[in-house]
Amino acid sequence: MITCPIFFCAYIKAMAKIKYIEYNGKEHVVEVQNGLTVMEGAIQNDIPGIDADCGGSMSCATCHVYVKEDWYDKLPKKEMGEDDMLDQAYEPNSKSRLSCQIMVSDDLDGLSVYMPEKQV
Amino acid sequence: MIKTDVVIIGAGPTGLFCAHQLGIIGLKCEIVDNLNKVGGQCIELYPDKPIYDIPAVPECTGEELTNNLIEQIKPFKFNFHLNDRVQELTNKDDNWIVKTTSGKKFQTPNVVIAGGVGSFEPRKFSTKNAEKFDGTSVLYSIKDKTIFKDKSVAIFGGGDSALDWAIELSNSSKVSLIHRRDEFRGAPASVQKIKELSDKNIINLFTKYSIKDVKGNGSLEEIEIKSEKGESKIIKADYVLGFFGLIMQLGPIAEWGLNLDKKTIPVNTENFETNKKGIFAIGDICAYPGKLKLILSGFHEGALAARGCFKYARPNEKYRFEFTTASNTIKDRLGIK
Repeated sequence: MITCPIFFCAYIKAMAKIKYIEYNGKEHVVEVQNGLTVMEGAIQNDIPGIDADCGGSMSCATCHVYVKEDWYDKLPKKEMGEDDMLDQAYEPNSKSRLSCQIMVSDDLDGLSVYMPEKQV
Repeated sequence: MIKTDVVIIGAGPTGLFCAHQLGIIGLKCEIVDNLNKVGGQCIELYPDKPIYDIPAVPECTGEELTNNLIEQIKPFKFNFHLNDRVQELTNKDDNWIVKTTSGKKFQTPNVVIAGGVGSFEPRKFSTKNAEKFDGTSVLYSIKDKTIFKDKSVAIFGGGDSALDWAIELSNSSKVSLIHRRDEFRGAPASVQKIKELSDKNIINLFTKYSIKDVKGNGSLEEIEIKSEKGESKIIKADYVLGFFGLIMQLGPIAEWGLNLDKKTIPVNTENFETNKKGIFAIGDICAYPGKLKLILSGFHEGALAARGCFKYARPNEKYRFEFTTASNTIKDRLGIK
């Protein structure tokens, strides 16, 4: 919690640390604001490996990531349609998610996601 | 060789509205799109999803938007060249020679790229060896189904294309259907049918498997599939069909000497011209400070690019700005009596 002394208001700027791991192993750890998606966290921080062609409307499969084993079950479950889109991703597996569908919250602090070799 | 004022690449909403604006100012255009239907992403990705930010249209689907745009440009009788892709752009005097994959040729002073995120192409198998058989025994669409008669066919995918072809081809071929998970996204009736065919051993169903390798000397002989746990199986196959949906690729646009910024084309915001004279880029594919990937922005960009085209298409005429409400010339062009 940070208080803003000028406007006498208080606003909550909660962030979660997300680790993005490129296919070549290069790691990027960034703080992503709660309420954004893991995809948006990557785009806003210019992290390569996530294309997000459709801009987050779950209409393509170019923000595909693999979620680290121990984290996969902790994430909110996939909604209808996500697996259908993942069928169209590059090399999906049972730990695959579309990063545009993972909403960042305090619970996700420390999440690691792995990028596939390519998106298209 | 078709001579025209403008060739528009991409028949999505942005390309369609640009065509409308060209018609309004009295220019002719030809529209080329890689898909077999008009509408671009609106039709291919989200035909049924409601859109809420088209000015003065509180809600409409991608399909409705497309149909209205088609209706709006009808008076101009522009030609569509669907299922075709612009392959080559070459400069000749003050014109561009535009060649398509099917061999069509256009001569035009203006090209408007309204290509979205590129052209839709089938997602291919990631195994290196699949490339060797691409187009011969590894296929991503079917043109002539008779080639599969009495052959072994391995079909990959979980959507309607995969299921429908598995059902259809099972009449006269030995079909294996392979999908990465237990659930299918195809129509429930097709999924039911597949299960019946599998129970009767008419098709071989492998779920939770994906491709590992394709093998053959000269012609395809067998494929290897793997489960996530690492088990692998060999399946005899004369043909392999992959139905993994479509992905968007920038494709040949990357080879036309245009400045590129990742997958987008930088333009000026006066008329959306690129670094090449007479080549304009509008809609999702263009980039400039403050760019929003909204359909409404594409409409604005198309209107301005159309005026930019006028300069090269009618070098000896002065462009005259007119309102559709007031101009009789425009009403004539729209066929309004």
